[in-house]
Amino acid sequence: MIQKKSKKGAVTALIACLVLLAAVILLENISLFLPAGSVPNVLKPTSQLFAVLKKGAVYSLAAVSMNLLNGFTGLFSLGQAGFMLLGAYTYAILSVPVADRAAVYYLYGGSAVNFSFQDMFGSLFGAEGLGGAVSLGLGVAISMVLAGCVAAAFAYLIGLPVLRLKSDYLAIATLGFAEIIKAVFQWQALGPVTNGANMIKSFPTFSSFNITRADGTVLLRLSTFFPFLVSTICIAIICLLINSTYGRAFKAIREDETAAEAMGINLAKHKMLSFCTSAFFAGVSGAMFAMFVTNAQAKVYTTTMTYEILLIVVIGGIGSVSGSVMATFLYVACSEWWLRFLDNETFLGGIQVPFLRAGFRMVVFSVVIMIVVLFFRRGLMGSRELPDLLKKRSRKEAAGS
Amino acid sequence: MEFAISVLISGISVGGQYALIAIGYTMVYGILRLINFAHGDVFMVAGLLGIYLSASLPLYLALPLVLLLTVALGFLIERAAYKPLRAAPRMSVMISAIGVSYLIQNTATYITGGQPMTYPTIPFLSDTVKIAGTSTKWVTILTPVLVLILVLALTQLIHHTKVGMAMRAVSKDFETAQLMGIRINTVISVTFIIGSALAAVGSMLYFTNFQAITPTAGALPGLRAFVAAVVGGIGSIPGAVVGAFIIGICENIIKSTQFTVFSDAGTFALLILILVLKPTGLFGEKVTDKV
Amino acid sequence: MNSILRVENVTMQFGGVVAVDNLNLEVNEGEIVALIGPNGAGKTTAFNVITGVYQPTNGRVSFLGDTIVENHPQGKLKKLYKGEHTGDYTQVLAPTPDKITKLGMARTFQNIRLWKDQTVFDNVLIAMHCRTHTNFLAASFRLNHVEEQAQRERVAQLLDTVDLYDVKDEPAASLPYGKQRRLEIARALATQPKLLLLDEPAAGMNPQETQELTAFISRVRGDFKLTVFLIEHHMDLVMDISDRIYVLDFGKLIAQGTPEEIQNNNRVIDAYLGVAEDA
Repeated sequence: MIQKKSKKGAVTALIACLVLLAAVILLENISLFLPAGSVPNVLKPTSQLFAVLKKGAVYSLAAVSMNLLNGFTGLFSLGQAGFMLLGAYTYAILSVPVADRAAVYYLYGGSAVNFSFQDMFGSLFGAEGLGGAVSLGLGVAISMVLAGCVAAAFAYLIGLPVLRLKSDYLAIATLGFAEIIKAVFQWQALGPVTNGANMIKSFPTFSSFNITRADGTVLLRLSTFFPFLVSTICIAIICLLINSTYGRAFKAIREDETAAEAMGINLAKHKMLSFCTSAFFAGVSGAMFAMFVTNAQAKVYTTTMTYEILLIVVIGGIGSVSGSVMATFLYVACSEWWLRFLDNETFLGGIQVPFLRAGFRMVVFSVVIMIVVLFFRRGLMGSRELPDLLKKRSRKEAAGS
Repeated sequence: MEFAISVLISGISVGGQYALIAIGYTMVYGILRLINFAHGDVFMVAGLLGIYLSASLPLYLALPLVLLLTVALGFLIERAAYKPLRAAPRMSVMISAIGVSYLIQNTATYITGGQPMTYPTIPFLSDTVKIAGTSTKWVTILTPVLVLILVLALTQLIHHTKVGMAMRAVSKDFETAQLMGIRINTVISVTFIIGSALAAVGSMLYFTNFQAITPTAGALPGLRAFVAAVVGGIGSIPGAVVGAFIIGICENIIKSTQFTVFSDAGTFALLILILVLKPTGLFGEKVTDKV
Repeated sequence: MNSILRVENVTMQFGGVVAVDNLNLEVNEGEIVALIGPNGAGKTTAFNVITGVYQPTNGRVSFLGDTIVENHPQGKLKKLYKGEHTGDYTQVLAPTPDKITKLGMARTFQNIRLWKDQTVFDNVLIAMHCRTHTNFLAASFRLNHVEEQAQRERVAQLLDTVDLYDVKDEPAASLPYGKQRRLEIARALATQPKLLLLDEPAAGMNPQETQELTAFISRVRGDFKLTVFLIEHHMDLVMDISDRIYVLDFGKLIAQGTPEEIQNNNRVIDAYLGVAEDA
């Protein structure tokens, strides 16, 4: 009985994910099929919509991975940006084509790592056509998994001393580690690997996944689809984890550590598992963030970035995966797209609208956030998930009819 | 030798300025168990106010006004952003603090246009003085003295006045203090007022040394001061002061070597080391979970 | 009869306070043994030492014949410690509570500590986590569904035995007090213990509820072939079901024996009622 219900749920969830991914492909490519003159601005590939969707996909994975730790395990960690940095750099270092390395690392006379997965597979399958696509896909996939692994490995090392700390102390210690990592990656002495304080670029980005003809015209756009695909897979795995016996143990630790320990749950082991898993997915999202901004640079991964992700998690509801995802897209859309007009000096009937000038968007945005924080304390979803809401509604309807 | 002395002196000076900020963090934490992320930004606003007010007013009027307005800001933040969340989980209040910090920074960017502003030179404070063979500004010498005076005054206040006693009671046990008829909200407001006033004084000293103010200029000193408070054992005022001096000196020692890029990283490494050895900081009280 | 739990010369100091002073006791397989004493006598502290929450200052605890906890005073503590048997123990053995639970000892708490937001069903299911054989990845990718299904069926059975099946989908916090107590016992049973430690299971219960609980404990003991070691203030319950009783006062063992012996022991009466000044 219980088994059946969860199977049905899993199938529904799978279908929902596939529908979402198909919708993304359709949305992204609709401009290719419509006659050139009739494409609304918002659907053009340069539209802010796609930037929002891409960034949303990247951030939603970061937010969900943070929620796994802060929301589901109750470990208050602020190291997210650090783990994203590790992922971004690992990905970048492993993916810059060998031919471009000298140009990227010109300050250091070339890179110490003279190898990239894409080149490796390229020499196996050929660099052009289908072989090129396969080597791109495999190269990126392996680099991303390794990005996650490096972040998780660091998390393990960091976790050994700090996971024994409680709440705020843990938060400040993880935040400290993120700052240390940031400094290390900017260190000149590591230049041949990290390119010092300069950015690493020229690696495959989201737009590398667009399928083009030989003359450069686009056949099929997949640049938004790709981050959605990766995030969907990763978030699905996190959901599976949360609903597994280990995920339940995490929740037990969140609600009462002493009781959890007394019921045979090894605190050190489970906290470490949660910490490393969270770091793994943060690393993957960091790799995607590097693809999104088309470069990797340590100074971007600040505590502000961590706070931003934490805000998203709280706005979505601590302990709700679907809440985090929805909040991410709302947050990103608000800050990058919907409030854009506030930054432009506008004239209405010859009179300049007061206040509207560069910077006003962020002021309004932070006021909106404050309102949400103060008046919607439990966030969008509380600790509920989307299916719970639907279920409740259908139950209500059933009761009403 | 001279070099070492100058490093040490500037370390003590910066440490004193961090101490003034750190006290604000530690007092608020002691009472509300809240990391007041907006405190560093209040410090930055005090700096900006100093610039704007001194542009139109003489310094002897501008500086007291800066103090007054910063206090008002601290009070207002507490009333608007933290008080409504008194019964909410701790995480919500902290998020609110992050939100306030965000709001202040963005508003400052909007008003200043994001350009760095230059802090006015306060006569006497920025005059140079020679000590032990190295020349430095008066502010460097004055800071530790001023910090000690202020901290002593604060300790007197906490140990010998009625409101100080109430503060100690509230920090020991929030609920019981409330049941005993202590007006919690007054106590909390006083805490924020003291914290903001000290941050304002800190900003005058700090920005006399580091004159460029950007909207994010409060973030780093704020973070370092917070680290200092944690190192000293958050909730403890002497701890915050000692921690701040340690952090200030360490930072300046690292800055004087070739590892400048690690000045903040070194601070954090020290923090983590201390937390691992002594999980509640140097002077923090040990909390035991009753089973 | 086989000894299942043996506490030897256990002393527990907090700073200068000696909460448990040179405690010796033994619980045999199949027994129900009670630990009684006035408030603050050190009963819960003794439980916390046995279950690994606190590390004792001195002494040894053995479970099923193996030493599980041992410590001896050293360094700074040496000056403070004034107990006997200081030289008897040389090992330092301080496993975390989860390891002791895995050996087959489960407990309940004086101030109920359920996972409040989790459902009744999940509370019991989570407690089975320590008996799963699956690893992290296998569990995430549902390769353990056979084991999981078996666990879910056992939870259902267990909830049925403790009469909580009808509320299985309620959050634990919403249950009435008596049911929360029973759920805590069910949760402890889910870890498959051989020895069950109950810390004031009848606290706050009225006489009728206490009576029901007494019957419940006896029944559970039979069903699960348990040994029970309990702390309790309700003397009806204690006298009713205990095979033997230990009495603790100011951290020291002042009496032990069968319920009849304890009822007639003058020191126990003094400890509970106080000694008359002029006596």
